[in-house]
Amino acid sequence: MSIAAPIRVDLQIISDMVKSGRALDIGCGDGALLASLVAKNVDARGIELSQAGVNACVASGLPVIQGDADTDLRDYPDDAFDYVILSQTLQATREPRAVLEQMLRVGKRAIVSFPNFAHWQVRFRIVFGGRMPETPSLPHKWYDTPNIHLCSIDDFRGLCRDMGVRIERAIVLDRNSNPIHLPPLLSNLIGEQAVFMLRRD
Amino acid sequence: MLDELQDDLSDAERKALAKCRHAVLGVERPMRLDCGVDLGPFRVAYQTYGTLNAAKSNAVLVCHALTGDQFVADTNPVTGKPGWWESLIGPGKVLDPERYFIICANVLSGCMGTTGPLARDPATGQYWNLRFPVVTVADMVRAQVALIDHLGIEQLFCVIGGSMGGMQVLEWAASYPKRVFAAVPIATAARHSAQNIAFHEVGRQAIMADPEWKGGDYRLHGTVPERGLAVARMTAHITYLSEQALQRKFGRNLQNRNALGFGFDADFQVESYLRHQGSTFVDRFDANSYLYITRAMDYFDLAGAHGGVLANAFKGSPTRFCLISFTSDWLFPTRENRAIVHALNAAAANVSFVEVETDKGHDAFLLDEPEMFRTLGGFLKGAGVARGLK
Repeated sequence: MSIAAPIRVDLQIISDMVKSGRALDIGCGDGALLASLVAKNVDARGIELSQAGVNACVASGLPVIQGDADTDLRDYPDDAFDYVILSQTLQATREPRAVLEQMLRVGKRAIVSFPNFAHWQVRFRIVFGGRMPETPSLPHKWYDTPNIHLCSIDDFRGLCRDMGVRIERAIVLDRNSNPIHLPPLLSNLIGEQAVFMLRRD
Repeated sequence: MLDELQDDLSDAERKALAKCRHAVLGVERPMRLDCGVDLGPFRVAYQTYGTLNAAKSNAVLVCHALTGDQFVADTNPVTGKPGWWESLIGPGKVLDPERYFIICANVLSGCMGTTGPLARDPATGQYWNLRFPVVTVADMVRAQVALIDHLGIEQLFCVIGGSMGGMQVLEWAASYPKRVFAAVPIATAARHSAQNIAFHEVGRQAIMADPEWKGGDYRLHGTVPERGLAVARMTAHITYLSEQALQRKFGRNLQNRNALGFGFDADFQVESYLRHQGSTFVDRFDANSYLYITRAMDYFDLAGAHGGVLANAFKGSPTRFCLISFTSDWLFPTRENRAIVHALNAAAANVSFVEVETDKGHDAFLLDEPEMFRTLGGFLKGAGVARGLK
Protein backbone atom coordinates (compact mmCIF):
# COMPACT_ATOMS: atom_id res chain seq x y z
CA MET A 1 0.00 0.00 0.00
CA SER A 2 1.18 3.52 -0.66
CA ILE A 3 1.33 6.12 2.09
CA ALA A 4 -2.23 6.95 3.04
CA ALA A 5 -3.57 10.43 2.37
CA PRO A 6 -4.24 12.77 5.34
CA ILE A 7 -7.48 11.79 7.07
CA ARG A 8 -10.03 13.48 9.32
CA VAL A 9 -8.59 14.38 12.72
CA ASP A 10 -10.94 12.08 14.68
CA LEU A 11 -10.02 9.18 12.41
CA GLN A 12 -6.33 10.00 12.85
CA ILE A 13 -6.78 9.85 16.64
CA ILE A 14 -8.36 6.40 16.30
CA SER A 15 -5.66 5.30 13.91
CA ASP A 16 -3.02 6.38 16.44
CA MET A 17 -4.70 4.26 19.13
CA VAL A 18 -4.26 1.11 17.05
CA LYS A 19 -0.67 0.02 17.36
CA SER A 20 -0.63 -3.35 15.58
CA GLY A 21 -2.51 -6.62 15.29
CA ARG A 22 -5.99 -7.17 13.87
CA ALA A 23 -8.66 -4.52 13.62
CA LEU A 24 -12.27 -4.42 12.44
CA ASP A 25 -13.69 -1.07 11.34
CA ILE A 26 -17.49 -1.13 11.50
CA GLY A 27 -19.09 1.41 9.21
CA CYS A 28 -15.83 2.01 7.38
CA GLY A 29 -17.39 4.35 4.79
CA ASP A 30 -15.02 5.08 1.95
CA GLY A 31 -12.19 3.25 3.75
CA ALA A 32 -10.12 6.28 4.83
CA LEU A 33 -9.38 4.92 8.33
CA LEU A 34 -8.97 1.39 6.99
CA ALA A 35 -6.39 2.54 4.45
CA SER A 36 -4.44 4.36 7.14
CA LEU A 37 -4.44 1.21 9.32
CA VAL A 38 -3.40 -1.04 6.44
CA ALA A 39 -0.59 1.43 5.64
CA LYS A 40 0.69 0.79 9.20
CA ASN A 41 0.62 -2.97 8.56
CA VAL A 42 -2.38 -3.49 10.79
CA ASP A 43 -4.43 -6.48 9.59
CA ALA A 44 -7.55 -4.36 9.20
CA ARG A 45 -10.93 -5.31 7.73
CA GLY A 46 -14.11 -3.34 7.29
CA ILE A 47 -17.89 -3.65 7.39
CA GLU A 48 -19.96 -1.06 5.56
CA LEU A 49 -23.70 -0.74 5.09
CA SER A 50 -23.71 1.09 1.76
CA GLN A 51 -22.94 -1.11 -1.23
CA ALA A 52 -21.31 1.83 -3.05
CA GLY A 53 -18.91 2.30 -0.12
CA VAL A 54 -18.08 -1.42 -0.04
CA ASN A 55 -17.41 -1.57 -3.76
CA ALA A 56 -15.15 1.48 -3.62
CA CYS A 57 -13.15 0.01 -0.72
CA VAL A 58 -12.68 -3.40 -2.32
CA ALA A 59 -11.74 -1.78 -5.64
CA SER A 60 -8.92 -0.01 -3.83
CA GLY A 61 -7.70 -3.28 -2.33
CA LEU A 62 -9.25 -3.03 1.15
CA PRO A 63 -10.94 -6.11 2.64
CA VAL A 64 -14.51 -4.97 3.21
CA ILE A 65 -17.86 -6.72 3.29
CA GLN A 66 -21.36 -5.35 3.15
CA GLY A 67 -22.98 -5.61 6.55
CA ASP A 68 -24.62 -4.03 9.56
CA ALA A 69 -23.30 -3.36 13.09
CA ASP A 70 -26.60 -4.47 14.62
CA THR A 71 -26.75 -7.88 12.96
CA ASP A 72 -23.43 -8.98 11.53
CA LEU A 73 -21.09 -8.92 14.54
CA ARG A 74 -22.79 -12.07 15.80
CA ASP A 75 -21.04 -14.09 13.09
CA TYR A 76 -17.56 -13.39 14.41
CA PRO A 77 -15.92 -15.62 17.01
CA ASP A 78 -14.78 -14.36 20.44
CA ASP A 79 -11.50 -12.44 20.47
CA ALA A 80 -11.21 -12.42 16.68
CA PHE A 81 -9.69 -8.92 16.71
CA ASP A 82 -7.39 -6.81 18.85
CA TYR A 83 -9.49 -3.71 18.13
CA VAL A 84 -13.06 -3.27 16.99
CA ILE A 85 -13.77 0.28 15.84
CA LEU A 86 -17.08 2.08 15.52
CA SER A 87 -16.63 5.68 14.45
CA GLN A 88 -19.60 8.05 14.43
CA THR A 89 -22.02 5.15 14.06
CA LEU A 90 -23.07 4.04 17.57
CA GLN A 91 -25.86 6.62 17.69
CA ALA A 92 -27.29 5.18 14.45
CA THR A 93 -27.55 1.58 15.68
CA ARG A 94 -30.82 0.07 16.82
CA GLU A 95 -29.34 -1.40 20.00
CA PRO A 96 -26.18 0.50 21.01
CA ARG A 97 -25.66 -1.47 24.21
CA ALA A 98 -25.91 -4.83 22.41
CA VAL A 99 -23.55 -3.56 19.71
CA LEU A 100 -21.02 -2.51 22.37
CA GLU A 101 -21.31 -5.92 24.03
CA GLN A 102 -20.70 -7.62 20.68
CA MET A 103 -17.73 -5.35 19.96
CA LEU A 104 -16.13 -6.27 23.28
CA ARG A 105 -16.81 -9.96 22.68
CA VAL A 106 -15.31 -9.97 19.20
CA GLY A 107 -12.42 -7.65 20.07
CA LYS A 108 -10.06 -7.35 23.00
CA ARG A 109 -10.60 -3.58 22.83
CA ALA A 110 -13.34 -1.40 21.41
CA ILE A 111 -12.79 2.10 20.06
CA VAL A 112 -15.95 4.20 19.82
CA SER A 113 -16.40 7.78 18.65
CA PHE A 114 -19.68 9.67 18.72
CA PRO A 115 -21.10 13.21 18.66
CA ASN A 116 -21.83 14.71 22.07
CA PHE A 117 -25.52 15.53 22.44
CA ALA A 118 -24.77 17.70 25.49
CA HIS A 119 -22.58 20.10 23.49
CA TRP A 120 -23.51 23.69 24.32
CA GLN A 121 -24.73 24.43 20.79
CA VAL A 122 -27.13 21.50 20.99
CA ARG A 123 -28.41 22.60 24.39
CA PHE A 124 -28.73 26.17 23.16
CA ARG A 125 -30.79 25.22 20.11
CA ILE A 126 -33.21 23.11 22.07
CA VAL A 127 -33.58 25.41 25.08
CA PHE A 128 -33.68 28.77 23.32
CA GLY A 129 -34.45 27.85 19.72
CA GLY A 130 -37.10 25.31 20.62
CA ARG A 131 -35.97 23.23 17.65
CA MET A 132 -34.13 19.97 17.14
CA PRO A 133 -30.40 20.74 16.96
CA GLU A 134 -28.52 20.99 13.69
CA THR A 135 -24.79 21.36 14.20
CA PRO A 136 -21.70 20.49 12.14
CA SER A 137 -21.52 17.05 13.78
CA LEU A 138 -25.33 16.60 13.71
CA PRO A 139 -26.18 18.03 10.30
CA HIS A 140 -29.47 16.19 9.64
CA LYS A 141 -33.08 17.30 9.87
CA TRP A 142 -35.09 15.56 12.58
CA TYR A 143 -37.07 13.63 9.98
CA ASP A 144 -34.17 12.25 7.93
CA THR A 145 -31.50 11.70 10.57
CA PRO A 146 -30.02 8.21 10.87
CA ASN A 147 -29.19 9.07 14.51
CA ILE A 148 -31.79 7.33 16.64
CA HIS A 149 -29.79 6.83 19.86
CA LEU A 150 -27.95 10.06 20.55
CA CYS A 151 -26.17 10.42 23.88
CA SER A 152 -23.90 12.77 25.78
CA ILE A 153 -20.36 12.02 26.85
CA ASP A 154 -21.59 11.57 30.43
CA ASP A 155 -24.38 9.25 29.23
CA PHE A 156 -21.77 7.11 27.53
CA ARG A 157 -19.62 7.00 30.65
CA GLY A 158 -22.72 5.90 32.53
CA LEU A 159 -23.33 3.06 30.11
CA CYS A 160 -19.73 1.89 30.43
CA ARG A 161 -20.19 1.89 34.21
CA ASP A 162 -23.41 -0.12 33.97
CA MET A 163 -21.77 -2.60 31.63
CA GLY A 164 -18.70 -2.95 33.82
CA VAL A 165 -16.47 -1.86 30.99
CA ARG A 166 -13.12 -0.25 31.68
CA ILE A 167 -12.43 3.07 29.94
CA GLU A 168 -8.78 2.93 28.97
CA ARG A 169 -8.75 6.29 27.23
CA ALA A 170 -11.24 9.07 26.66
CA ILE A 171 -10.39 11.90 24.29
CA VAL A 172 -12.82 14.80 23.98
CA LEU A 173 -12.60 16.96 20.85
CA ASP A 174 -13.71 20.55 20.35
CA ARG A 175 -15.49 21.82 17.24
CA ASN A 176 -12.15 21.93 15.36
CA SER A 177 -11.44 18.33 16.37
CA ASN A 178 -8.67 19.41 18.74
CA PRO A 179 -8.39 17.41 21.96
CA ILE A 180 -9.47 19.40 25.01
CA HIS A 181 -8.42 18.77 28.58
CA LEU A 182 -11.12 19.89 30.98
CA PRO A 183 -12.92 18.41 33.99
CA PRO A 184 -15.76 16.02 33.00
CA LEU A 185 -18.58 18.49 33.63
CA LEU A 186 -17.01 21.06 31.32
CA SER A 187 -15.90 18.65 28.65
CA ASN A 188 -19.50 17.41 28.48
CA LEU A 189 -20.43 20.99 27.64
CA ILE A 190 -17.56 22.05 25.40
CA GLY A 191 -16.76 18.74 23.67
CA GLU A 192 -18.38 18.29 20.29
CA GLN A 193 -17.39 14.66 19.98
CA ALA A 194 -15.49 12.02 21.94
CA VAL A 195 -13.31 9.00 21.25
CA PHE A 196 -13.28 6.21 23.84
CA MET A 197 -11.07 3.16 24.04
CA LEU A 198 -12.76 0.43 26.08
CA ARG A 199 -11.73 -2.89 27.44
CA ARG A 200 -13.59 -5.72 29.14
CA ASP A 201 -12.94 -5.56 32.86
CA MET B 1 1.36 -38.94 -27.45
CA LEU B 2 -2.37 -38.41 -27.44
CA ASP B 3 -3.14 -42.06 -27.70
CA GLU B 4 -1.25 -43.07 -24.58
CA LEU B 5 -4.54 -43.83 -22.88
CA GLN B 6 -5.66 -45.84 -25.93
CA ASP B 7 -8.70 -43.64 -26.36
CA ASP B 8 -10.39 -42.99 -29.60
CA LEU B 9 -11.12 -39.37 -29.13
CA SER B 10 -14.36 -37.63 -30.02
CA ASP B 11 -14.14 -34.89 -32.65
CA ALA B 12 -14.34 -32.17 -30.01
CA GLU B 13 -11.66 -33.85 -27.88
CA ARG B 14 -9.33 -34.20 -30.86
CA LYS B 15 -9.74 -30.54 -31.81
CA ALA B 16 -9.32 -29.45 -28.18
CA LEU B 17 -6.23 -31.54 -27.46
CA ALA B 18 -4.57 -30.29 -30.65
CA LYS B 19 -4.80 -26.74 -29.30
CA CYS B 20 -3.92 -27.19 -25.62
CA ARG B 21 -1.60 -29.06 -23.32
CA HIS B 22 -2.41 -32.21 -21.43
CA ALA B 23 -0.93 -34.34 -18.68
CA VAL B 24 -1.46 -38.02 -17.96
CA LEU B 25 -1.73 -38.27 -14.18
CA GLY B 26 -2.40 -40.94 -11.60
CA VAL B 27 -0.01 -43.29 -13.39
CA GLU B 28 2.04 -44.53 -10.46
CA ARG B 29 -0.75 -44.20 -7.96
CA PRO B 30 -4.38 -43.93 -8.97
CA MET B 31 -6.57 -41.18 -7.54
CA ARG B 32 -9.12 -42.24 -4.92
CA LEU B 33 -12.46 -40.69 -5.76
CA ASP B 34 -15.18 -39.80 -3.22
CA CYS B 35 -17.28 -42.73 -4.46
CA GLY B 36 -14.44 -45.09 -3.45
CA VAL B 37 -13.25 -45.95 -6.96
CA ASP B 38 -9.55 -45.62 -7.79
CA LEU B 39 -9.12 -43.77 -11.08
CA GLY B 40 -5.88 -43.86 -13.01
CA PRO B 41 -4.19 -43.18 -15.21
CA PHE B 42 -6.30 -40.24 -16.31
CA ARG B 43 -5.73 -37.32 -18.63
CA VAL B 44 -6.16 -33.63 -17.78
CA ALA B 45 -6.40 -31.23 -20.73
CA TYR B 46 -5.37 -27.69 -19.83
CA GLN B 47 -4.47 -24.35 -21.32
CA THR B 48 -1.95 -21.83 -20.00
CA TYR B 49 -1.31 -18.16 -20.68
CA GLY B 50 1.76 -16.17 -19.62
CA THR B 51 4.89 -17.42 -17.90
CA LEU B 52 5.52 -18.87 -14.46
CA ASN B 53 7.99 -16.57 -12.67
CA ALA B 54 11.18 -17.85 -11.05
CA ALA B 55 9.64 -17.81 -7.56
CA LYS B 56 6.60 -19.70 -8.93
CA SER B 57 4.43 -17.17 -7.11
CA ASN B 58 2.30 -15.80 -9.96
CA ALA B 59 0.16 -18.81 -10.89
CA VAL B 60 -3.59 -18.26 -11.22
CA LEU B 61 -5.91 -21.23 -11.60
CA VAL B 62 -9.18 -20.49 -13.37
CA CYS B 63 -11.96 -23.00 -12.64
CA HIS B 64 -14.62 -23.29 -15.30
CA ALA B 65 -18.36 -23.68 -14.89
CA LEU B 66 -20.68 -26.53 -15.94
CA THR B 67 -20.36 -26.15 -19.69
CA GLY B 68 -17.09 -24.21 -19.80
CA ASP B 69 -13.70 -25.54 -20.83
CA GLN B 70 -9.98 -24.81 -20.73
CA PHE B 71 -10.12 -22.28 -23.58
CA VAL B 72 -10.66 -19.38 -21.26
CA ALA B 73 -8.82 -16.68 -23.23
CA ASP B 74 -8.12 -17.95 -26.74
CA THR B 75 -10.25 -19.06 -29.64
CA ASN B 76 -12.23 -22.18 -28.86
CA PRO B 77 -11.12 -24.80 -31.41
CA VAL B 78 -14.53 -26.50 -31.38
CA THR B 79 -16.82 -23.49 -31.70
CA GLY B 80 -14.40 -21.02 -33.29
CA LYS B 81 -15.66 -18.45 -30.76
CA PRO B 82 -13.51 -16.29 -28.43
CA GLY B 83 -12.48 -17.72 -25.06
CA TRP B 84 -15.29 -17.67 -22.51
CA TRP B 85 -13.63 -15.22 -20.11
CA GLU B 86 -11.77 -12.91 -22.49
CA SER B 87 -13.55 -9.99 -20.81
CA LEU B 88 -11.40 -10.67 -17.74
CA ILE B 89 -8.29 -12.39 -19.05
CA GLY B 90 -5.87 -11.11 -21.68
CA PRO B 91 -3.35 -8.37 -22.40
CA GLY B 92 -4.31 -5.19 -20.53
CA LYS B 93 -7.16 -6.97 -18.75
CA VAL B 94 -7.57 -7.63 -15.01
CA LEU B 95 -5.82 -10.98 -15.35
CA ASP B 96 -2.96 -10.06 -17.66
CA PRO B 97 -0.71 -12.90 -18.91
CA GLU B 98 2.15 -10.39 -18.78
CA ARG B 99 1.85 -10.52 -15.00
CA TYR B 100 0.31 -13.89 -14.17
CA PHE B 101 0.77 -17.49 -15.22
CA ILE B 102 -2.84 -18.45 -15.90
CA ILE B 103 -3.94 -22.08 -15.96
CA CYS B 104 -7.34 -23.48 -16.82
CA ALA B 105 -8.03 -27.22 -16.92
CA ASN B 106 -11.03 -29.08 -18.29
CA VAL B 107 -12.77 -30.68 -15.29
CA LEU B 108 -12.77 -34.38 -14.56
CA SER B 109 -15.70 -36.00 -16.43
CA GLY B 110 -15.58 -33.18 -18.98
CA CYS B 111 -15.67 -33.67 -22.73
CA MET B 112 -12.85 -31.41 -23.96
CA GLY B 113 -9.92 -33.75 -23.43
CA THR B 114 -9.93 -34.50 -19.71
CA THR B 115 -10.90 -38.07 -18.81
CA GLY B 116 -14.64 -38.59 -18.48
CA PRO B 117 -17.41 -40.89 -19.66
CA LEU B 118 -16.16 -40.54 -23.27
CA ALA B 119 -12.93 -42.36 -22.37
CA ARG B 120 -12.26 -46.06 -22.21
CA ASP B 121 -11.98 -47.99 -18.97
CA PRO B 122 -8.31 -49.11 -18.97
CA ALA B 123 -9.34 -52.32 -17.17
CA THR B 124 -11.79 -53.50 -19.82
CA GLY B 125 -10.94 -51.45 -22.90
CA GLN B 126 -14.64 -50.57 -23.16
CA TYR B 127 -16.10 -47.07 -23.28
CA TRP B 128 -16.86 -45.89 -19.78
CA ASN B 129 -20.16 -44.24 -20.71
CA LEU B 130 -22.39 -44.55 -17.63
CA ARG B 131 -19.92 -46.95 -16.02
CA PHE B 132 -17.60 -44.02 -15.42
CA PRO B 133 -17.52 -43.38 -11.65
CA VAL B 134 -19.70 -40.50 -10.46
CA VAL B 135 -17.29 -37.71 -9.57
CA THR B 136 -17.67 -34.82 -7.14
CA VAL B 137 -16.42 -31.23 -7.09
CA ALA B 138 -13.80 -32.43 -4.60
CA ASP B 139 -12.68 -35.04 -7.17
CA MET B 140 -12.42 -32.35 -9.86
CA VAL B 141 -10.20 -30.38 -7.48
CA ARG B 142 -8.12 -33.49 -6.69
CA ALA B 143 -7.38 -33.80 -10.40
CA GLN B 144 -6.39 -30.12 -10.49
CA VAL B 145 -4.12 -30.61 -7.48
CA ALA B 146 -2.43 -33.47 -9.34
CA LEU B 147 -1.94 -31.13 -12.31
CA ILE B 148 -0.54 -28.31 -10.15
CA ASP B 149 1.87 -30.83 -8.54
CA HIS B 150 2.83 -31.97 -12.03
CA LEU B 151 3.58 -28.34 -12.96
CA GLY B 152 5.78 -28.02 -9.87
CA ILE B 153 3.71 -25.24 -8.29
CA GLU B 154 3.53 -25.29 -4.50
CA GLN B 155 1.13 -22.41 -3.94
CA LEU B 156 -1.31 -20.76 -6.33
CA PHE B 157 -1.44 -16.99 -6.12
CA CYS B 158 -5.13 -17.10 -6.88
CA VAL B 159 -7.89 -19.60 -7.60
CA ILE B 160 -10.85 -17.98 -9.32
CA GLY B 161 -14.10 -19.17 -10.84
CA GLY B 162 -17.82 -18.53 -11.15
CA SER B 163 -20.79 -20.82 -10.58
CA MET B 164 -19.47 -24.41 -10.47
CA GLY B 165 -16.04 -22.80 -10.85
CA GLY B 166 -16.75 -20.98 -7.58
CA MET B 167 -17.57 -24.31 -5.92
CA GLN B 168 -14.14 -25.56 -6.97
CA VAL B 169 -12.56 -22.41 -5.55
CA LEU B 170 -14.29 -23.02 -2.20
CA GLU B 171 -13.19 -26.65 -2.25
CA TRP B 172 -9.59 -25.61 -2.97
CA ALA B 173 -9.61 -23.10 -0.10
CA ALA B 174 -11.22 -25.56 2.31
CA SER B 175 -9.10 -28.62 1.50
CA TYR B 176 -5.77 -27.07 0.46
CA PRO B 177 -5.69 -23.75 2.36
CA LYS B 178 -1.92 -23.40 2.33
CA ARG B 179 -1.81 -23.79 -1.44
CA VAL B 180 -4.23 -20.92 -2.11
CA PHE B 181 -2.99 -17.39 -1.38
CA ALA B 182 -6.15 -15.71 -2.65
CA ALA B 183 -9.54 -17.19 -3.51
CA VAL B 184 -12.23 -15.58 -5.66
CA PRO B 185 -15.51 -17.52 -5.68
CA ILE B 186 -18.04 -15.67 -7.86
CA ALA B 187 -21.82 -16.17 -8.12
CA THR B 188 -21.70 -19.48 -6.32
CA ALA B 189 -22.89 -21.40 -3.26
CA ALA B 190 -21.43 -23.66 -0.59
CA ARG B 191 -24.14 -26.18 -1.41
CA HIS B 192 -26.44 -26.76 -4.34
CA SER B 193 -29.99 -25.74 -3.45
CA ALA B 194 -33.09 -27.91 -3.88
CA GLN B 195 -34.27 -25.66 -6.72
CA ASN B 196 -30.96 -26.01 -8.54
CA ILE B 197 -30.94 -29.78 -8.11
CA ALA B 198 -34.51 -29.76 -9.48
CA PHE B 199 -33.49 -27.88 -12.62
CA HIS B 200 -30.58 -30.25 -13.16
CA GLU B 201 -32.90 -33.22 -12.79
CA VAL B 202 -35.16 -31.83 -15.54
CA GLY B 203 -32.13 -31.55 -17.82
CA ARG B 204 -30.95 -35.07 -17.07
CA GLN B 205 -34.42 -36.52 -17.57
CA ALA B 206 -34.63 -34.77 -20.95
CA ILE B 207 -31.36 -36.43 -22.02
CA MET B 208 -32.30 -39.86 -20.70
CA ALA B 209 -35.77 -39.66 -22.29
CA ASP B 210 -34.21 -39.21 -25.73
CA PRO B 211 -34.41 -42.63 -27.52
CA GLU B 212 -31.01 -41.89 -29.09
CA TRP B 213 -29.42 -41.86 -25.61
CA LYS B 214 -29.54 -45.69 -25.52
CA GLY B 215 -28.87 -46.01 -21.78
CA GLY B 216 -25.75 -43.88 -22.22
CA ASP B 217 -24.24 -46.18 -24.89
CA TYR B 218 -25.11 -43.91 -27.83
CA ARG B 219 -21.53 -43.94 -29.03
CA LEU B 220 -21.70 -47.71 -29.58
CA HIS B 221 -24.89 -47.25 -31.59
CA GLY B 222 -23.59 -44.33 -33.62
CA THR B 223 -26.37 -42.04 -32.36
CA VAL B 224 -26.40 -38.71 -30.51
CA PRO B 225 -29.17 -37.72 -28.04
CA GLU B 226 -29.33 -34.28 -29.60
CA ARG B 227 -32.95 -33.48 -28.76
CA GLY B 228 -32.58 -34.36 -25.11
CA LEU B 229 -29.32 -32.47 -24.67
CA ALA B 230 -30.78 -29.44 -26.46
CA VAL B 231 -33.82 -29.38 -24.14
CA ALA B 232 -31.50 -29.71 -21.13
CA ARG B 233 -29.55 -26.71 -22.36
CA MET B 234 -32.69 -24.68 -23.08
CA THR B 235 -34.00 -25.21 -19.56
CA ALA B 236 -30.64 -24.42 -18.01
CA HIS B 237 -30.17 -21.35 -20.16
CA ILE B 238 -33.33 -19.76 -18.75
CA THR B 239 -31.85 -20.09 -15.26
CA TYR B 240 -28.70 -18.24 -16.37
CA LEU B 241 -30.69 -15.15 -17.35
CA SER B 242 -33.09 -12.95 -15.45
CA GLU B 243 -36.74 -12.18 -16.05
CA GLN B 244 -35.84 -8.52 -16.69
CA ALA B 245 -33.10 -9.41 -19.18
CA LEU B 246 -35.40 -11.75 -21.13
CA GLN B 247 -38.09 -9.09 -21.20
CA ARG B 248 -35.62 -6.40 -22.25
CA LYS B 249 -34.07 -8.54 -25.00
CA PHE B 250 -37.15 -10.21 -26.45
CA GLY B 251 -40.36 -8.99 -24.87
CA ARG B 252 -43.20 -10.62 -26.83
CA ASN B 253 -41.51 -9.86 -30.15
CA LEU B 254 -42.36 -12.23 -32.97
CA GLN B 255 -39.72 -14.08 -34.95
CA ASN B 256 -39.68 -13.30 -38.71
CA ARG B 257 -43.43 -12.82 -38.86
CA ASN B 258 -46.04 -10.14 -38.39
CA ALA B 259 -48.77 -12.22 -36.77
CA LEU B 260 -49.15 -15.28 -34.58
CA GLY B 261 -48.75 -18.49 -36.59
CA PHE B 262 -51.43 -20.52 -34.78
CA GLY B 263 -49.02 -23.45 -34.66
CA PHE B 264 -46.01 -24.65 -32.76
CA ASP B 265 -43.19 -23.16 -34.77
CA ALA B 266 -41.07 -20.61 -32.97
CA ASP B 267 -43.51 -17.70 -33.12
CA PHE B 268 -41.67 -15.70 -30.50
CA GLN B 269 -38.09 -14.47 -30.64
CA VAL B 270 -37.42 -15.94 -27.22
CA GLU B 271 -38.36 -19.42 -28.50
CA SER B 272 -36.12 -19.07 -31.51
CA TYR B 273 -33.29 -17.87 -29.27
CA LEU B 274 -33.62 -20.85 -26.93
CA ARG B 275 -33.79 -23.32 -29.83
CA HIS B 276 -30.60 -21.79 -31.19
CA GLN B 277 -28.92 -22.10 -27.78
CA GLY B 278 -29.96 -25.76 -27.66
CA SER B 279 -28.87 -26.70 -31.15
CA THR B 280 -25.43 -25.02 -30.97
CA PHE B 281 -24.80 -26.64 -27.59
CA VAL B 282 -25.11 -30.20 -28.90
CA ASP B 283 -22.34 -29.48 -31.43
CA ARG B 284 -19.87 -28.88 -28.65
CA PHE B 285 -20.98 -30.83 -25.59
CA ASP B 286 -21.39 -34.48 -24.69
CA ALA B 287 -24.65 -35.69 -23.15
CA ASN B 288 -23.09 -38.11 -20.66
CA SER B 289 -20.61 -35.46 -19.54
CA TYR B 290 -23.60 -33.21 -18.89
CA LEU B 291 -25.11 -35.89 -16.63
CA TYR B 292 -21.88 -36.33 -14.66
CA ILE B 293 -21.05 -32.66 -14.20
CA THR B 294 -24.57 -31.68 -13.13
CA ARG B 295 -24.44 -34.54 -10.63
CA ALA B 296 -21.16 -33.29 -9.20
CA MET B 297 -22.76 -29.89 -8.59
CA ASP B 298 -25.83 -31.50 -6.97
CA TYR B 299 -23.60 -33.45 -4.59
CA PHE B 300 -21.66 -30.35 -3.54
CA ASP B 301 -22.26 -29.49 0.12
CA LEU B 302 -19.20 -28.02 1.78
CA ALA B 303 -20.83 -27.68 5.21
CA GLY B 304 -22.02 -31.29 5.03
CA ALA B 305 -18.42 -32.36 4.51
CA HIS B 306 -17.40 -30.43 7.66
CA GLY B 307 -19.81 -31.61 10.32
CA GLY B 308 -22.68 -29.43 9.12
CA VAL B 309 -20.91 -26.18 10.04
CA LEU B 310 -19.63 -24.23 7.05
CA ALA B 311 -17.26 -22.13 9.18
CA ASN B 312 -15.38 -25.34 10.08
CA ALA B 313 -14.38 -25.64 6.43
CA PHE B 314 -12.37 -22.42 6.76
CA LYS B 315 -11.03 -22.65 10.33
CA GLY B 316 -7.65 -20.91 10.57
CA SER B 317 -7.65 -20.21 6.84
CA PRO B 318 -4.64 -18.12 5.77
CA THR B 319 -6.31 -17.40 2.43
CA ARG B 320 -7.71 -13.98 1.56
CA PHE B 321 -11.13 -14.20 -0.05
CA CYS B 322 -13.07 -11.97 -2.41
CA LEU B 323 -16.69 -12.93 -3.12
CA ILE B 324 -18.87 -11.36 -5.77
CA SER B 325 -22.59 -11.82 -6.37
CA PHE B 326 -25.07 -10.22 -8.75
CA THR B 327 -28.40 -8.65 -7.79
CA SER B 328 -30.45 -10.40 -10.51
CA ASP B 329 -28.85 -13.84 -10.16
CA TRP B 330 -31.59 -16.16 -8.95
CA LEU B 331 -29.64 -19.38 -9.58
CA PHE B 332 -26.87 -18.47 -7.13
CA PRO B 333 -28.46 -15.50 -5.38
CA THR B 334 -26.67 -13.04 -3.12
CA ARG B 335 -27.96 -14.75 0.02
CA GLU B 336 -26.10 -17.97 -0.91
CA ASN B 337 -22.89 -15.98 -1.38
CA ARG B 338 -23.52 -14.07 1.83
CA ALA B 339 -23.85 -17.36 3.72
CA ILE B 340 -20.26 -18.10 2.68
CA VAL B 341 -19.18 -14.62 3.85
CA HIS B 342 -20.82 -15.24 7.24
CA ALA B 343 -19.01 -18.55 7.57
CA LEU B 344 -15.71 -16.90 6.65
CA ASN B 345 -16.35 -14.21 9.27
CA ALA B 346 -17.09 -16.90 11.82
CA ALA B 347 -13.69 -18.37 10.95
CA ALA B 348 -12.19 -14.84 11.24
CA ALA B 349 -10.88 -15.17 7.69
CA ASN B 350 -9.84 -12.20 5.56
CA VAL B 351 -12.81 -11.59 3.30
CA SER B 352 -14.14 -8.98 0.90
CA PHE B 353 -17.62 -9.16 -0.52
CA VAL B 354 -19.25 -7.11 -3.25
CA GLU B 355 -22.74 -7.39 -4.72
CA VAL B 356 -22.84 -6.02 -8.25
CA GLU B 357 -26.03 -4.34 -9.46
CA THR B 358 -27.04 -5.79 -12.86
CA ASP B 359 -30.10 -7.19 -14.61
CA LYS B 360 -28.10 -9.81 -16.50
CA GLY B 361 -28.73 -12.70 -14.10
CA HIS B 362 -26.30 -15.49 -13.32
CA ASP B 363 -24.51 -15.08 -16.66
CA ALA B 364 -23.34 -11.62 -15.54
CA PHE B 365 -20.07 -13.11 -14.29
CA LEU B 366 -19.12 -13.92 -17.90
CA LEU B 367 -20.10 -10.52 -19.25
CA ASP B 368 -18.68 -7.02 -19.35
CA GLU B 369 -19.39 -5.88 -15.79
CA PRO B 370 -17.11 -2.90 -15.00
CA GLU B 371 -17.97 -3.02 -11.28
CA MET B 372 -16.80 -6.65 -11.11
CA PHE B 373 -13.58 -5.80 -12.97
CA ARG B 374 -12.88 -2.86 -10.62
CA THR B 375 -13.47 -5.08 -7.61
CA LEU B 376 -11.23 -7.85 -8.91
CA GLY B 377 -8.56 -5.39 -10.03
CA GLY B 378 -8.38 -3.80 -6.59
CA PHE B 379 -8.49 -7.10 -4.73
CA LEU B 380 -5.77 -8.70 -6.88
CA LYS B 381 -3.59 -5.61 -6.60
CA GLY B 382 -3.82 -5.68 -2.80
CA ALA B 383 -3.19 -9.44 -2.74
CA GLY B 384 -0.25 -9.02 -5.15
CA VAL B 385 1.40 -6.51 -2.83
CA ALA B 386 0.90 -8.86 0.12
CA ARG B 387 2.35 -11.75 -1.88
CA GLY B 388 5.31 -9.65 -3.05
CA LEU B 389 4.41 -9.83 -6.74
CA LYS B 390 6.17 -7.23 -8.87
